[in-house]
Amino acid sequence: MNDTPAIELKGISKAFGPVQANKDISIRVMPGTIHGIIGENGAGKSTLMSILYGFYKADAGEIWVNGQKKDITDSQAAISAGIGMVFQHFKLVQNFTVLENVILGAEDGPMLRPSLARARGVLKQLAEEYELAVDPDELVENLSVGHQQRVEILKALYRQADILILDEPTGVLTPAEADHLFRILDHLRAEGKTVILITHKLREIMEITDTVSVMRRGEMTATVKTAETSPEQLAELMVGRKVLLRVDKTKAAPGQVLLDVQNLRHVDDAGVERLKGVSLQLRAGEVLGIAGVAGNGQSELLEVLGGYADATGTVTLKGAPLPLSGAGADGSARRAAGIGHVPEDRQEEGLIMPYTAWENTVFGYHRDPRYQSGPLMNNALIKEEAQDKMTRYDVRPPNPNLAARNFSGGNQQKIVLAREIERDPDVLLIGQPTRGVDIGAIEFIHQEIIRLRDKGKAILLVSVELDEIFSLSDRIAVMFDGQIMGERMPEETDQTELGLLMAGVTEKPEGRVIDAVDASLQEKEAREAEQHD
Amino acid sequence: MDKMPAWADAVLVPLISILLAAILSALVILAIGESPVEAFKLMVDGALMRSSGWGYTLYYTTNFIFTGLCVAVAFHAKMFNIGGEGQAMIGGLGVALACLFIPFPHWSVALIVATLAAAAFGAAWAFIPALLQAKRGSHIVITTIMFNFIAAALLNYVLVNLLRPVGAMEPATAGFPAATHLPTFQDMFASEGNPLFRGSPANVTFFLAVAACIAFWFLIWRTKLGYEIRAFGHSESAARYAGISPVRITVVAMLISGGLAGMMALNTTMGEAERLVLNATEGAGFIGIAVALMGRSHPVGVFLAALLFGFLYQGGAELALWTSIPRELITVIQALVILFTGALDNMVRMPLEKLFLATRRRSS
Repeated sequence: MNDTPAIELKGISKAFGPVQANKDISIRVMPGTIHGIIGENGAGKSTLMSILYGFYKADAGEIWVNGQKKDITDSQAAISAGIGMVFQHFKLVQNFTVLENVILGAEDGPMLRPSLARARGVLKQLAEEYELAVDPDELVENLSVGHQQRVEILKALYRQADILILDEPTGVLTPAEADHLFRILDHLRAEGKTVILITHKLREIMEITDTVSVMRRGEMTATVKTAETSPEQLAELMVGRKVLLRVDKTKAAPGQVLLDVQNLRHVDDAGVERLKGVSLQLRAGEVLGIAGVAGNGQSELLEVLGGYADATGTVTLKGAPLPLSGAGADGSARRAAGIGHVPEDRQEEGLIMPYTAWENTVFGYHRDPRYQSGPLMNNALIKEEAQDKMTRYDVRPPNPNLAARNFSGGNQQKIVLAREIERDPDVLLIGQPTRGVDIGAIEFIHQEIIRLRDKGKAILLVSVELDEIFSLSDRIAVMFDGQIMGERMPEETDQTELGLLMAGVTEKPEGRVIDAVDASLQEKEAREAEQHD
Repeated sequence: MDKMPAWADAVLVPLISILLAAILSALVILAIGESPVEAFKLMVDGALMRSSGWGYTLYYTTNFIFTGLCVAVAFHAKMFNIGGEGQAMIGGLGVALACLFIPFPHWSVALIVATLAAAAFGAAWAFIPALLQAKRGSHIVITTIMFNFIAAALLNYVLVNLLRPVGAMEPATAGFPAATHLPTFQDMFASEGNPLFRGSPANVTFFLAVAACIAFWFLIWRTKLGYEIRAFGHSESAARYAGISPVRITVVAMLISGGLAGMMALNTTMGEAERLVLNATEGAGFIGIAVALMGRSHPVGVFLAALLFGFLYQGGAELALWTSIPRELITVIQALVILFTGALDNMVRMPLEKLFLATRRRSS
């Protein structure tokens, strides 16, 4: 076997201002392998890959490709060194066809026709070789997310990449699509290509990689053979201490129905119907998990229930109907009625980033008469309470005068959680409770959610992380295309079954699973495109 | 993220900007064959060394405080109100109507009523663009600037056709009754042997402007409404999440903004001219933008920036009076200050920020 690494990084360092994003990082990736890079948010994974792809220039260190030292100053240099990158957010021209996107920037000459013809041939061949079938003449905007990702891979392969970097590639995929992606990666490996997979999901690392490097706070803490490690060990390497990957909880004892949602419909500003008759019931003392791939109406469901998106249908809270549009349908009214809300996006919704922590601890509750003194706000009281909340929720640093943006993701989330839980709501809506949150904080947040459940509160949990849904939920509803596809008890189902529901496939498909999933997702895309016009 | 210290951001950046503008201005003056040192001396002499000079400087400062606060309050809600000019003109109409048609017993009563009228008229002129922005998404920059032209045309019509005294040749109202005349600094501070502020237009409105600065600080940083305005300015989506109505905040912030602009007319119309003339605002509404930018939308900053522009206005007038430096060049100098403190702010800030970070890293 060939001993020359496909990629070798030697002592890469990179600082942004006072932040050391990468510190003396060295790795060797052998050709024909899949190498995982795992680490928490902000550990420096993406920075490292951006250096490899020529987006950033390293302050120090060398990049060797196939035994040759390369000076990668821009993405052109990376491409000609045989490196291709699939970003988390795709870089595709939406109103170009697949074929046009593939040749963009890699045209053979001034005239398009010969390039397009050649690309068509290459694409056909690649599709067969790697199970990368995409209709070359379809507009990218009409493709499902999974297919758009394939176009990104095709683009890289068309540019003759031997080394493919994928940054968090499964974040937007249904489980079946993710499985298929791994098959594609498998084929690539079999053909001798080298794959670098950046992810924060331990399961994916264990499933597909040959070797894995762990990053923590800009440093490479370990590189191990996947076969010789375990998820527990990797988690420990990521966090620097032992972590509990399972949530300790007893069986739920659901009580009366607190929140009753019937036939909820919502149309967004672009005229696309995002909720198509959602009905669900939420009982006291249970966690109802809403599983689904992002963009299937979960965000809108939270917005409607949280009071800041109009809808039709009925929602009753403890028997009393809630207004769904017009006066009384706003966040304040919902809070007053007893619905707390930890929004999906804490930076855009849950917090005002330039506000201090103490200002944020009353955000949404700032009209409470308790926080007023005459015409002014009682800032002394708010600060005092903030200090107390921050201590009890272990927000670090426990300094209420720091701006929210100066806290890490996990600590920001704890501020939001403290604010919402401390108001003792009957119903708590929680969206993506641990997105961008470090593993250490995940443990804490999960425990708080279960503690709240055990106090007899009803919790609606929306998460795109199936693992999280499984470990927290007492009941799971799957959302696809603005509808609830079905409800399952976590002990009576598995990832495969939920994965199919998440793609809108309700019956066991006869042929290949991925074909049924693709067909269903493509139909959804077509429906949306139609409404858009 | 680490940043440079707050004092550097608030003090050093504007100071360096002003310095750069001064250097460039000096070069321009040199280029037309005058001495920049002499010119600067003249400006300082005329604006700051005599009490009557101060009387003018503070008169202009009063205008700029009001319009600066007008722009600043809108900035906090992330709106760019460039209609201060028009709002101030209409505010002047409010002042004139109050002073001409209500028989006041004493100037203090007149001031209170005229203040309410000025604020109400200015706010009303901002209300329509605000509503269009909030309900229809018509961009406030476009609508407010168009409303400036409408205000000018409206005022022209009213002055020429409705409020002009019979037989007068000038588009202006009749003089206001004596009971509405505001005490000037001369009235307040001059005595027999000590003729302070002689003939200068600074008047009691200046104290109103200072009070407005203080009220502004409380409003923005100490009240529920200010909390909501700033929250909305930082993130509309977060505001919606928190139950803060974007329509309400847009409208309320613009009403306050327009009201402050309107109050500027107290100074020009009631305090100085004692009648309403065309173009009483003299571009102060636009200077307010530079003042708010330079003052970082903070009342202390706005006050200091207003003082600077008051100095430039008065000093510039002195230059035009005593030297052969043409009036247009004064405008150039003012424009340079606006350019450096407002538009080119980042040019100074970025290298300064880098410098601070570099020294900190070395010392740590």
